[in-house]
Amino acid sequence: MYILATPQASNFVSGVDRAFLLILGICFVFLIGLTLTMIWFIYRYNRKRHPQAVQIKGSNTLEIVWTVIPTILVLVMFYFGWAGWKPMKTAPEDSFEIDVIARMWNFTFEYENGKKTDTLFIPMDRPVKLNLKSLDVIHSVYIPAFRVKEDVVPGNDKFMWFIPEKEGIYELFCTEYCGLQHAYMYNWVKTMPQDEFNKWYTDTTVRAAAPVDSPAAAGKRIMTNIGCFACHTIDGNKLVGPTFKGLYGHEVVLKVGGETKTVVADEEYIIKSILDPNSEIVEGYNKGLMQSYQGQLSDTEIDQIIEYLKTLK
Amino acid sequence: MQASSHIPHDVSYLDYKGKHKGLLAWILSTDHKRIALLYMFSMMTLFLVGVLLGLAMKLELIAPGKTIMGAQDYNAVFTVHGVIMIFMIVVPGLPAVFGNFLLPIMIGAKDVAFPKLNLFSWYVYIAGAILVIISVLFGDGSPDTGWTFYAPYSFKTGTNMLPAIFGAFVLGFSSILTGLNFIVTIHRLRAPGMSWTKMPLFPWTIYGTAWIQLLATPVVGITLVLVSLERIFGIGVFDPALGGDPILYQHLFWIYSHPAVYIMILPAMGAISEVIPTFSQKHIFGYKAIVASTLAIAFVGYFVWGHHMFTSGMSGTAQYTFSILTFLVAIPSAIKVFNWISTMYKGSISLETPFYWAASFIFVFMIGGLSGLVLGALATDVYVHDTAFVVAHFHFIVFGGVGFAFFAAIHYWFPKMFGRMYDTTWANVGWIVFFIGFLALYSPMFYLGLQGMPRRYYDYLEQFHAANILSTLGSWVMTFGLAIVLINLFRSAKSGPIAGANPWNGKTLEWTVPSPPPVENFEEIPVYGEKDGPYEY
Repeated sequence: MYILATPQASNFVSGVDRAFLLILGICFVFLIGLTLTMIWFIYRYNRKRHPQAVQIKGSNTLEIVWTVIPTILVLVMFYFGWAGWKPMKTAPEDSFEIDVIARMWNFTFEYENGKKTDTLFIPMDRPVKLNLKSLDVIHSVYIPAFRVKEDVVPGNDKFMWFIPEKEGIYELFCTEYCGLQHAYMYNWVKTMPQDEFNKWYTDTTVRAAAPVDSPAAAGKRIMTNIGCFACHTIDGNKLVGPTFKGLYGHEVVLKVGGETKTVVADEEYIIKSILDPNSEIVEGYNKGLMQSYQGQLSDTEIDQIIEYLKTLK
Repeated sequence: MQASSHIPHDVSYLDYKGKHKGLLAWILSTDHKRIALLYMFSMMTLFLVGVLLGLAMKLELIAPGKTIMGAQDYNAVFTVHGVIMIFMIVVPGLPAVFGNFLLPIMIGAKDVAFPKLNLFSWYVYIAGAILVIISVLFGDGSPDTGWTFYAPYSFKTGTNMLPAIFGAFVLGFSSILTGLNFIVTIHRLRAPGMSWTKMPLFPWTIYGTAWIQLLATPVVGITLVLVSLERIFGIGVFDPALGGDPILYQHLFWIYSHPAVYIMILPAMGAISEVIPTFSQKHIFGYKAIVASTLAIAFVGYFVWGHHMFTSGMSGTAQYTFSILTFLVAIPSAIKVFNWISTMYKGSISLETPFYWAASFIFVFMIGGLSGLVLGALATDVYVHDTAFVVAHFHFIVFGGVGFAFFAAIHYWFPKMFGRMYDTTWANVGWIVFFIGFLALYSPMFYLGLQGMPRRYYDYLEQFHAANILSTLGSWVMTFGLAIVLINLFRSAKSGPIAGANPWNGKTLEWTVPSPPPVENFEEIPVYGEKDGPYEY
């Protein structure tokens, strides 16, 4: 049954769509029935046709009828809503687990073997469990094609699970308002047959190649993965934060407390900006938007980021 | 009451010359009718600001990418739109305007129980509104959290949140004091012989609402204070980094804000319950059932807040408990609809403007209410939660329900309030244009939500484009209709033909006094006899 204008790609689709079909069906029957009745009364008992009203004060029978019937109907609707939702609450033991790290404003997916991606790659026809962690504010993972949604709450680790049933590429949206770039906090979900997934999953060439990357190339890859470019451009345009273009080695004007000061963006400045971003803010930008990356990046990784920034002249 | 016994009874409240002149005669008046108009004009001003913000939002969404403003501005616009419309218009709206104007007259009283407190409530309201305006115009950028002020974003964002939060807090006090005033008024000042079961339905809904205002608003007040303390001192109640719980914030917020929906909608239902019998010239069908459903909504409405949080991490038991309670609160609303439509049966219906608004209210309210069933059921709510579907749903209830009822009420009681009649042709034209625009504006959002478009999105993917265009076009049509309606009313208030005391042949007490009513409403307090009642045609 084609109820929703979205693909049907997980084990939860049938239960959810059945509830939609039932509830929307009941809604339309009531809406159309009552509206037509009302229009008929307005036509039939118009003063022109019916100059003298007949005074009827009520009817206990009718009141009972239209209390009992809706009560039964809402209980039926409740049941179908409950039945479609119940299985979402318990993930099977043998689920394939992936950590989802949400921050303003991107999702990172971390696999057990250390792979990190910004697209969610998942195998088909087996339970996948996403462990949801937020580093800053509340986000929400919403995959319409799978009919699932769960908020990602800081300090409250939660999960969601599903069995992908159709190969394809689907949207994953953040649906809890999380600030400036909320509308751009969406990623893609790619479902693959198990053997194809295994090939992708065990393909460590990307990782193995990393050390032989130039430090600058590695820096760019790291920055893509942790979401720097959601707020900073490399082409001179202004987003939430200042651009990286021509930053390294040049002067920046900072606001500290109520005063401004000018410093040169050297290595020390960049390290401080990554680990303690809110103590000094570049003039013209807002405080509190960037979270510290303390503990999330190694010294080598920070060095690689600096090498990459040096190339953005 | 004794001190004012020198007030003449043949001077209308509009013409009365007291101690003060000009504007002072209004902003220092304790007459419930003047205070009602103070509320009406201040709300109308704020409402137009809210409408302009809404139009700006819809224009931005006419195409993907940037159209007229950046993301930060868009986030501020929907936040301020929500704060103005919810806290300053729909929550206080019908009680403050029509409750103030009509409640005392409809129950046969000279004024509310505490007239000075009533005026004070208006000042508190204005103070709250000014605070919110300050937060928008000054400081480090307009608030950008959405009207829900969700933690932890609301204490992380760098924008000027404190005045906005404090403004909402202050507005709450206006609501609490008005509620208290109305409860005492209804208990103490009903006309002799007007037993509870002879009280008209509009005062009944004001009564139900007043209890919610009194009991639920303090919860949001405390919550907003906690958010402010969290922002200033980092007290760690809601901040997970300090061991707090952001979900606790949502619980506290919705414990108020869901009943607040019933604060909005109950008086709207009350106004409709007056309009339909009058224009059908028939006794309301099922008076006692309507009263019982009013009280049931006010009561059960306290226990359904969790349905805003089905995806935020409550226990499964809490989830299905809130789901079933939410379904139960749908029943009394359905009962009201059945009774309204039955009132038309074998009536003698005259198709006047207030009746058009009331009938279209029933239609849009049904859409709003029935779509609420989708949100009350667990499986379907998980899918459409925080999507455009929710935006459509609550605009059908809050703007469709409360807004249409407000316009039904203003067209119904306008001759009473101003002593003049409006141009009915323009009023009807305004109604149909508004109605069509309204449906075109909000119906596409149901489709967008079912397609999976999240709400509060500044930009969107191409598959959501077509429905958004229709919605934006609808916003223009609706605003055009609104302009016709308002201009017609403003012109008529000054220069419309003189209306009699009872132009619609209504049976409630406000139609027994002259239009516009004298300062103290009744020369002699009316007495209800054995056979009298509000709907005895």
